[in-house]
Order: sequence, then C-alpha cells, then structure tokens
Amino acid sequence: MLGRLTLAAIPFNEPIPLITSLVVILIVLAVLGTVTVKGWWPYLWREWITSVDHKRIGVMYVFLGLIMLLRGFADAIMMRTQQAIAIGGAQGYLPPDHYDQIFSAHGTIMIFFVAMPLIFGMMNFVVPLQLGVRDVAFPALNSVAFWLTASGALLINLSLFVGNFARTGWWNYPPLSELAFSPDVGVDYYLWSLQVSGVGTLLGGINMVTTILKLRCPGMSYFRMPVFCWTSLAASMLIVAAFPILTATFVMLLLDRYVGMHFFTIDAGGNQMMYVNLFWIWGHPEVYILILPAFGVYSEVVATFSSKPIFGYRSMVLATLAICILSFMVWLHHFFTMGAGADVNAFFGIMSSIIAVPTGVKVFNWLFTMYGGSIRFTTPVLFTLGFMVTFVIGGMTGVLLAVPPVDFVVHNTVFLVAHFHNVIIGGVVFGMFAAYNYWFPKAFGFTLHDGWGKASFWCWLIGFYLAFVPLYVLGLWGMARRLQHVDDPSWRPMLLVAELGAFVIFAGILCQVAQLYVSIRTREQRRDLTGDPWDGRTLEWATSSPPPPYNFAVMPEVETLDAFAEMKRTGQTAAPRPQEAIELPRNVPVGIVTAFFATFAGFGAIWHIWWLVILTLIGVGITASAFGWSEHREDEISADELARREDARLSTGNPA
Amino acid sequence: MNSGTASRSARQKPRDPRGWRVFHGLVPAIALLLASCRQAGITDPRGPVASAEWLLMINATEIMLVVVVPVILAILGFAWWFRSSNDRADRDPHWAYEGSVEFVTWSIPALVVILLGGVTWLSAHQLDPRAPLASNVKPLQIDVVSLDWKWLFIYPDQRVATVNELIIPAGTPVSFQLTSATVMNSFFVPQLGSQIYAMTGMTTHLNLLADKPGDYPGLATNFNGDGFSDMRFVVTAVAAGDFDGWVAKVRSAGGALDDPAYGQLTKPSSAVPPVTYRSVDPNLFERIVDQTALNPDKARAGNAWCPPATAAAGG
Repeated sequence: MLGRLTLAAIPFNEPIPLITSLVVILIVLAVLGTVTVKGWWPYLWREWITSVDHKRIGVMYVFLGLIMLLRGFADAIMMRTQQAIAIGGAQGYLPPDHYDQIFSAHGTIMIFFVAMPLIFGMMNFVVPLQLGVRDVAFPALNSVAFWLTASGALLINLSLFVGNFARTGWWNYPPLSELAFSPDVGVDYYLWSLQVSGVGTLLGGINMVTTILKLRCPGMSYFRMPVFCWTSLAASMLIVAAFPILTATFVMLLLDRYVGMHFFTIDAGGNQMMYVNLFWIWGHPEVYILILPAFGVYSEVVATFSSKPIFGYRSMVLATLAICILSFMVWLHHFFTMGAGADVNAFFGIMSSIIAVPTGVKVFNWLFTMYGGSIRFTTPVLFTLGFMVTFVIGGMTGVLLAVPPVDFVVHNTVFLVAHFHNVIIGGVVFGMFAAYNYWFPKAFGFTLHDGWGKASFWCWLIGFYLAFVPLYVLGLWGMARRLQHVDDPSWRPMLLVAELGAFVIFAGILCQVAQLYVSIRTREQRRDLTGDPWDGRTLEWATSSPPPPYNFAVMPEVETLDAFAEMKRTGQTAAPRPQEAIELPRNVPVGIVTAFFATFAGFGAIWHIWWLVILTLIGVGITASAFGWSEHREDEISADELARREDARLSTGNPA
Repeated sequence: MNSGTASRSARQKPRDPRGWRVFHGLVPAIALLLASCRQAGITDPRGPVASAEWLLMINATEIMLVVVVPVILAILGFAWWFRSSNDRADRDPHWAYEGSVEFVTWSIPALVVILLGGVTWLSAHQLDPRAPLASNVKPLQIDVVSLDWKWLFIYPDQRVATVNELIIPAGTPVSFQLTSATVMNSFFVPQLGSQIYAMTGMTTHLNLLADKPGDYPGLATNFNGDGFSDMRFVVTAVAAGDFDGWVAKVRSAGGALDDPAYGQLTKPSSAVPPVTYRSVDPNLFERIVDQTALNPDKARAGNAWCPPATAAAGG
C-alpha cells in the first residue's frame, strides 16, 4: 500500500535531522496558522497563488529562491563547522552518513532552488516591463512553471523529514548513484525533485524565449532591447537547449534504478563516462544560464547609476551570444582527468579559455560605462563593483583550471570549490542582490534601506574572501573536496578562517533581514511616487511603482535604445489617454493544482507507491485538459474603464 | 572608548582610531596564519611532472595578472574618480561608443587567450598522463585498483602487492595503469603531479617520477561514499638500491593475494592500515578490468555482450 515507506523513514534516532524537522514543521504550522487566523487565504489565493501576472510570479520566484537560500546556507554553515573541528583524529559532530547528505543537498539546492528561481524571478518580473508589454507570451504556463519549481523544492526538503537525501554529491555520478551502491531513497529524492522542477524550468524557458522573440512594444527592435533582455534571451535559449539533456540523462538513470536497465551500471555494458559527459553537456551551459542574467543586471545597474548609456552596446550583445554558443563546446573541462588524451583535452581547454574573451569584453565595457559617468554609490552599485573585482579573480582561476595539466593537480580539490564559489557568489549571487535592491521599489512601491543594504554588501564581500581564499590555499596543499574529516593538523588555521568567513556571510544575511524589516516599517517615508526612483533609462521605470496589472495602459512607442531616458530628454513621458480596450489574462489555479498532483506523483515514485503515481498523473491530465478546453481566459477592459482606472490610480498615487 | 577626549579626537580626525587599533590587532593574527603556511601539496613538487605543472600554474597566473591587476585598479579607480560628488571629474554622459576602444577591449583578452591557448596546447601534450617520461631507467610497472575504501597496488613484475602503501624507487619512472573494482575514483599524489580517474571495466594510464627519497601523501579525490575521507595512502620513495631489498622483504612475509584474499579485500572497509602480500597473480589487474576476478563464470556470459574492447575507452 505504501511501497517502501514505513515508519523507519522518520529519523527518530538522529537528533539533528529530527530537531530540524520539528522546528521547520512548527514554523510552517505557525505561518499557516497565522494566515488562517488572520483570514488571509482568500487574498493569497486570489492575488498570488492563482495569479498569472508575470510580476506576481516573478516576486514568488524570488521569494522561493531567498527561502531556499536560507536552507542551503544552513547546510554551508554545518559543513564549514564540521571541517573546522574534524581535524587530526577528530570526527566532528556529523558522521559521514549525514555529512554526505549535507554537501549533496547544499549543491543541489543552491543551483536548482536558489540560483534558478532567483534568475527566473528577475527575468519574469523585469523582461515584459523592459519590453514595454503587458505580460509574457503564455501567462498560465508561467504559473505552471513556477509551481512545478516550488513542487521540486518541496520534495527535496521533504527528504529531511521522510527518508534521507542522496549521498552522492550534487552531480550524482554513477556508479555511486546506481542501486548497487545507493539502494535507499536518497538518489530518488534527488532525481524526482529535479525532474519535476526541470519540467517547470523548461516551460519557463520556452515562455521567456517566446516572449522576447514575439512580444515587444512598437518600435522595440532587437537592437533597441535593454541588455538584460538580451542576456535573458540567451539564458532562456540555453535552458531550452540544455535542460532536455538533463531530463533525458536522469530518465536513463531512473530506468537503471527502477527497472534494472544498464545505461550507467558497472556491468552488462553500462558506461559511467556517458553520464558524466551528458551531465556536463547540460552542466556547463547551466553555468551560463545562471551568470548571463546576472551580467544583464550589472549592465542595467552600471548604466543607470553612472547616468550613461551602456558602453559598447553591440559588443555586449555580440559577447552575450558568443558566450551562449561557446558554452556548449567546453563541457569536457569538467573531467580532463578522465584520460581522454592530449588532443581532446587541449581542444576543450582552449575552447574554455576562449569564453574568457567575450567575458573580458563585458568587464571592459562596464569599466568604460563608468568612465565619464556620474556614479551614485548605492547598494546595487556596490554589489556591481564587488562583482567586477571578485569575478575578474574568479575568471583568472577559471582560465587556470582550463589548462589541462594545471587542472590535473587541482581538480576535485577545494581549489576548484573556491573557484566556482568565486564566480557563483561573486557573479550570480551578487548580481541577484544588486537586482533585488535595484528593482525592489518597482515591485513594491518603496525603496529598500540603503545603509543596511551596504552593510550586507560589506559582510558578503569580506565573508566571501575569508571563506574561500583559504580554500584556494588548501586546494594547492592537496585537500580534496567533500572530506568529512581531514588528517593534517596544519590545515586547521585555514579551516578556522573559512569558518569565520561563513559567519561573516551569515552577518550579511542578518543585515538583509534587518534591511527588509526596517524598510517595511518605514515604507511610508520611502514611497516611490514617481515610478522612477533611480533616474532609470529603460521602460520599466516609465510606469508606476508598483505597475498596474496591465503594466502600461497605452503601449509605449520606442525610437531608440534606452527608451525611457530618451523620453525624459525629449519630455514625452506623459502617458497618452487610453483609446483602446485591452485584454488581461484571468487568474487560474492550473499551476497550483498541477504542482499539487506533481508533488504527490514525485513522492509516490520515490517511495514506489504506484497507485498514488497513477492517480496523480491522471489528475495532472485532467487539470491540463480542463484548462485546455476552458473558454474566457481573458477579461477585457474597455478604453473608458481603463481611463477611469488610470485617473483613479494616478490621482491617489495608489496603484491599481 | 573610555574618555571624552578620545571620542572628541575621533570626531576631529577623519579616521576612527579604533579602526587602526583593530588593524594592529590583525597584523599578528595574519602573521600567525602565514607562519602556519608551509610548503605542501603541489606547492612543494618532488618530481618532474609536478614541477612542470606547478611552474605552468605560476606562469599562467603571471600572464593573466598582467591584465587582471590593471583591470582591478581601473575598476576601483574609475569608480572612485567618477563618483558623482567629485567636482574635478570630466563628465561625458553620452560617450557610449568608440571604435578604437572597442578594438582594444576585444584585443586584450584575445591576445591573452591566444598566448594561453598556445601554452595549453603544448602543455597538454607534454604533460599528457599517458606519455612515458624521458629517462634512461626502465620504468617500474604498477597496477592500481580502487576499492571501497582503500587502494590496491600490484607490482606485476615483482609479483607482490600492497594495500594503502606505495613503495617506489626514487629516480625511476613509474608507469601506472589504473582501474576500479567499485565506483569511480581518482588517484592523486599531489607532490608527484597529475591525478587520473580509475573506473570499472576501463584502464587509465599515468606516468610519474619521484626525484628523491621521501614520503609523499596520496589520496582519493573523487567522492565515493562513506569511507572517502580515510582513503589515503603514503607514497614512500626509497633509494633505487633499497627497492629490491624491500621487494625481497615483502616476498618473505605476509599472505598471498589469491582469489579468496582478493574477495575479502573487495568488501567495504575504511581506514585500512597498510598491508603487503608476498605473491599475487600477475594477471589479477586484467581480470579485474574484465570483471572476471571474482566470478570466473562471468567471463563467458560477459564476453558475449560486453566485449573487453570497451576497456580501452578510458585509456
């Protein structure tokens, strides 16, 4: 009846997961209880859960990413603490069985459920506004994509309470991830949570590509699109091209595990190297899926706060597309040590360093955007400057790793760990924090507190260097990654500094919590009544903060790059009176209902509860069909009604 | 701060003296940290492969620093000079394109990459793990098998074997061939140079040499399960003359690595102390690669639809 699920799946005899589970369950119950007592459910259901508004979905993506960041960071602190005390003969407080789950969960969560939701959130919120349109191409699909991502996040966190997570690292390499070596449900949690969220990611990518290619306001030719739209387009195309590879690879591993096939097993002709190749054919483009939108954010921030157009716009676009294509030609650099031979290694090494050219061009163009500008040192600018300095260093160690013989001596060591945290924290995370500080007033109508924002920046920057410079050194000294305990007592000082760094980053997170709290408390003084708090250059600043559900009552007409800056220069900012009726997509619960079924389908598959899988898949089918055959998916707002709403909105300063 | 004078002086001076006091406290802490740094791992190479790789790393870093350091200084310098409160900065709010500047921004990284690309091509061939090392001495053959969670070293010519202990003659090239009897792993002796994966059903090759006698830590670097952290061993390079003596000593004591003993060895165990075996089947490695070492009957069935041709894939 319940497949492999028994009471033994609850970690009664392991205090750390048990207590964590209880605390998390209590917090969730407290939140749900508060929502119920306060009677917020109808509002949440109507305005958020069933919303197909790209801005609401974007905000929910960012919220999911930030919550999961806390989870992933808790794992990070636990790992650093374990390594700081398990030195010499000491075993620390985490046995290998538990430690191995933590580093596997940390990597998986940070990539799939922190970085991906954050970039999707920013793309969703910003791209339609920057393109001057009213929504994405497929609003309901957008909601399905988000809720499937949330469903994957729920499944992966469920492994904390019921069963256990994978002990295989976030790559989940076979043969270790095969049934013979990982017989429990850990790997199945990994595979199914990523399969469910992977469908969401693919749908989201298709939606974003279609939006950018097909929906742009009048006059918005490709070469008038803001750089962020270009980088979002490039990242979304990479998603469409790369995620099916990951899904197919996982299907093969699932077939191995569930029906005894031999794609990657060590016997009967299975080939483990095939998984490694396929995983990284997805995995390297994934790196650029994450960093390209962040590059777009920096381009917007540096131009806005320098009060200048981006320098070398066409170079930026060209560099973005070059990175997009090159990212598919470098995957082998993740395993130079597999013995491919000198010609193959040299080819992939050179291709990898070639990516440094367009990336270097971008850095120079940001540099020259500042030149001659008038720079306002706000929190987003600090994150951008911190990024530029940190990323140049991370890029340098990346090019080092692209030289095969250098890789031979630092591969799989903490040098590598330091490198990719250098580019992911210094690149993606700083970019998302810059974006969060930059676009927050657009989303909520009031600015974030700059002092707390700057404090968080300094903690993150200093904490990053304290945490990861020691790892560069330890990697050169020969410390492998993923060690539950280390042997050499002379590594202790470095590991203690790294631990200190993790706590400085924690202080940065606390500053961000304080920033949000203080900003909400003082929101009346920080209202953005103009819709343009930063003297912005692109169309998202042309509408109010927050924008009405339809973004623009009248679609803007664009004649140049930096369209809004040009409108301000020529004094054409006043929106004309609406003359035409518009259509707005109706809210539908198709996303949450699909995700509800998908969560149980995933859970059933993990625990081999097949009747549950069949029932919930039927549920998904019925939901999709019901939505597919539904009519009246849009509401029309007449021109008069629109004008009335605009008058009311603009006269009171109260949006929508 | 315990006196009004101090806090007043803090107001008058542009810098907070507390900041400097913290700074003075930091200096000894940093000195202590640096003192704990000693030469180790790849920073202390003890063989031609490791020396070449460490030198390559330093050279490649220097090539890049030529660009990276000025760029970092420019980032900080431009940002500071063009701050909105600086009255002396010349503003040019419309400067967004300049062909010559664009040319330079593409050229600088391209030149660096062309230079590094050449370095990459040459070094990837010179330091190919499969390439035999130039030496007048006949290489010593050692077969490496990754097990859960220990390393088996077979000396096919000497017909002895060891676990978690690797004795090699200094100055003699060592030609390793590697496989795994379990999940994927990676064999790495940082002070001697390159690491290489060990994979079931496949053979990879690695050539290393220790210049001088000494003990060099070795490790597994590819995560392979619960016993991963203890999967360490020590490479002891002995003077060339002492190696034969060591082989003779091993041959005279300990058990034989026959099939039952090997079967025992394949059972998972961690933190295994070094063991030596006085004799071993010189074909054991090939049988492990063919996956027939534990189950001779499998040979026929396996060959039928899993030809050993796949064995060369990793090599």
